[in-house]
Amino acid sequence: MSDTTPTAAPERAASLPAQSPPVDPAETAKADRSAGLSWWRGDGGEGAKRNLGLLATLVVLVVIGILTRPDLYGDASWVWGNTLTILKLASVVGVVTVGMTFVIIGGGIDLSVGAIVALAGVWCTTLATQSYGAGGMIFSALTVGVAVGLVNGLLVSYGRLVPFIATLAMMVAARGLAAEISDKQTQVSNDTFINGIASTNVLGIPLLVYILAAVVLAGWVLLNRTTFGRRTVAVGGNPEAARLAGINVRRHTVLLYALSGLCCGIAAIMLTAQATSAQAAMANLYELDAIAAAIIGGTLLSGGRGTIIGSLLGVIIFSTITNLFAINGLSTEAQNMVKGGIIVAAVLVQQVQFRSLTQFLARNRATTT
Amino acid sequence: MNDSEEAEVTNEPLVEAPADTVAGEVVLRLTDVVKTFPGVRALDGVQLEVRAGEVHCLLGQNGAGKSTLIKVLAGVHRPDSGEVVLRGEPAAFVNPQAAMRAGIATIYQELDLVEDLSVAENAFLGHEPRRLGFVRRGHMARRTRQILARLGHPEIPPGRLVRHLPAAGKQIVSMARALSHEARLIIMDEPSAVLAHDEVGNLFRIIRELTAQGIAVIYISHRLEEIREIGDRVTVLKDGRTTAANLPARETPTRDLVSRMTGRTIEYVFPDRPADDPASDELLRVEGLTRHGEFADVSLDVRAGEIVGIAGLVGSGRSELLETIYGARRAQAGTVRMGGRTLRPGSVGAAVRAGMGMAPEERKSQALLLGEPIYRNVTLATFGRYARLGFTDAARERAAADRIATSLDLRPRDVRRAVRTLSGGNQQKVVVGRWLLGDTRLLLLDEPTRGVDVGARAELYQVIRELAARGVGVLLVSSEVPEVLGLADRVLVMREGRVVREAPAGELDENTVLDLVMAGSLMEGAPA
Ligand SMILES: Nc1ncnc2c1ncn2[C@@H]1O[C@H](COP(=O)(O)OP(=O)(O)OP(=O)(O)O)[C@@H](O)[C@H]1O
Ligand SMILES: [Mg+2]
Repeated sequence: MSDTTPTAAPERAASLPAQSPPVDPAETAKADRSAGLSWWRGDGGEGAKRNLGLLATLVVLVVIGILTRPDLYGDASWVWGNTLTILKLASVVGVVTVGMTFVIIGGGIDLSVGAIVALAGVWCTTLATQSYGAGGMIFSALTVGVAVGLVNGLLVSYGRLVPFIATLAMMVAARGLAAEISDKQTQVSNDTFINGIASTNVLGIPLLVYILAAVVLAGWVLLNRTTFGRRTVAVGGNPEAARLAGINVRRHTVLLYALSGLCCGIAAIMLTAQATSAQAAMANLYELDAIAAAIIGGTLLSGGRGTIIGSLLGVIIFSTITNLFAINGLSTEAQNMVKGGIIVAAVLVQQVQFRSLTQFLARNRATTT
Repeated sequence: MNDSEEAEVTNEPLVEAPADTVAGEVVLRLTDVVKTFPGVRALDGVQLEVRAGEVHCLLGQNGAGKSTLIKVLAGVHRPDSGEVVLRGEPAAFVNPQAAMRAGIATIYQELDLVEDLSVAENAFLGHEPRRLGFVRRGHMARRTRQILARLGHPEIPPGRLVRHLPAAGKQIVSMARALSHEARLIIMDEPSAVLAHDEVGNLFRIIRELTAQGIAVIYISHRLEEIREIGDRVTVLKDGRTTAANLPARETPTRDLVSRMTGRTIEYVFPDRPADDPASDELLRVEGLTRHGEFADVSLDVRAGEIVGIAGLVGSGRSELLETIYGARRAQAGTVRMGGRTLRPGSVGAAVRAGMGMAPEERKSQALLLGEPIYRNVTLATFGRYARLGFTDAARERAAADRIATSLDLRPRDVRRAVRTLSGGNQQKVVVGRWLLGDTRLLLLDEPTRGVDVGARAELYQVIRELAARGVGVLLVSSEVPEVLGLADRVLVMREGRVVREAPAGELDENTVLDLVMAGSLMEGAPA
């Protein structure tokens, strides 16, 4: 062996193609130029296109809002306030969805997120925890989230349970534990710092929205710019290939669920602050909202593909719909039906990708004629 | 439907086709077929004429458009322009079912089996024999058994899940699927790539049977010997264009074929072997390695700078051995040592940290992230080395992948394309290229040249030899005996999970190895 130091590795490869045919200089120049232009959008040209579709959906929803309530939309300050309302509505689920997106891209699913939020919320609002102050509350919420996530991850990767089953069991168990700890009572948070998280505005924008932005940014960097993100895509896209490339698939799977748990811990603090209390039934069905948002955001349920921005747009689309129904005074039942329809449409689009869809239509036309 | 007719075909006794098949009527004619993908003109004016009862070979470099062409014929892709005439009638298949109904059966380069269905269900997928809407399972199993027997594999149970078959078994099943149709034209895209020597003989016997019945066969392979043996006429593609049509398969000189394929002349030779250096360090030592039912008591060693080849039939335990050395399977007995240190069994991580790298046998399921860009696939095992504090450096990765792409003549060269859009041979180059990066000390190569064209193959051999010259040890598994003999310094012959012979490559010739490999083999039509 001439050298085995890791740093020398790329150079060795550099000297490899001694006898290779020349590269077309124009071609390389082109590649370099577009590489320079696309630094900000990861490498997913495809993902970027899909996100444009989501933005278009959002625009349509806003237009519907304008058409149905022109009176409200005429008032600029109302529009600004309403936008903040939508973002605030999206913030807690948004944080959970970022973690969920990682788990799904990594080839798993986490049904226990709502339950983890509840458990972490209840845990950090017990009188004992509250006696340690805001720091202790935040610390315990995050620790509980990560710990439960770790258990999920260990069950899935070393216990070889199907993610669906493992996290389903955790969903039931964590809610049970939360009910046990809180004695099925609502635990009021008396900490002004914690409660202030939900009521504070910075530069006119709620702190909760900043937290969402920070988590989304961190998630984007983690997914697109770090080895952790690269491993996530590999593990979800082709676990066998990842394993044979020397990636520790099991350990990474554990970390993914722990990450999801961490996001749940953050969400628990946000939600507790909003309600100034916590109880075992809080964050009900968040797992469905988060999964749905990730899916309509273009994350492949079978793993290996997905974007943080897509998931964020998914969450915002859902909260915009909720808002749309609220400003029109419509029932939540109708709202849930619309949401269901949107999920189905998104999954259909995902499975029958655009080109195969046209093929599919052409085929049907051919068989019917 | 038409059970009687199919049954008759199935029971046909072996017929040896006459050496030179009489040219029959033209079954298929393609004129100026064009097919573009975003950014790539995969077919750019293809002409092809296929006659009944002939074996028409398609030759061309990796990415020349062969698979795209047959996918157009099979109804997977629709041509942008051009004319397809099937038995005198213009044909434009809107989907694979339509092509099948028109009598075209296809064996794809990338196996398209449903892993969680049984052998029989796969063979009859989409045209299950039915009565009153119910699938006639017994009938289907019986027919499948007949077809498998005819393919020389009565031992494959029709009820077995395809997932549990080895690669060669899967290839047999996709062949069975093609034979389960009443096809007039059978297209085979590199069917021999996953087959061992004796299996290829079997395949050729079946092809002769088919052509004797007037069925036309389009045959794609990068192995010129095969084309000489089975082909009648050859059409050569280059960059999506027909550069030569209807050449006689046996008489056309290799030089001609290669230069029409590549536009240059390539010597199909192996790089020179350096003088043996017994003083070089021992890199890998395997002792008494055993996995029940796969291989037993295998001991071998590889020194730095040495290329050790393993010859053997598919199913002789070669791939399993490689995977076990690499830690992807756990040995039941025996040890693997790298540079004197015993590796933790069943841990790929330990093997990689010790400097091993493996290019596995099945590129799609074991090696590639199809939706990800080429460069990310090339750096899948090394991206951590280009990263700083956990942050990846895509620019450096792309530059590194670009060098690999250049040295292996990857086409198209743009490393940001998704691997899915590459041709089969180019995907294979990505799999092997991954381990040419970084500080691999021992390279385990399982069928590294599968599906790689003549020109790129020579370049790959050169690259492997250069690595060895730099002190990297190579353990090479290949079904192609000449490749093992030509590239390796030392050869191990495996049969039924045991090493039966070890010798310097210079002391063995192809026939000796084949005899060793086959001796006492039960593969020759023994009843299960
Ligand atoms: N789905 C696709 N999208 C984009 N480009 C594609 C797609 N399929 C094939 N191509 C491109 O079309 C060209 C021809 O590919 P094709 O698979 O037909 O090659 P081939 O002759 O079969 O090569 P090989 O010998 O390696 O199998 C290649 O440049 C390939 O990258
Ligand atoms: Mg091909």
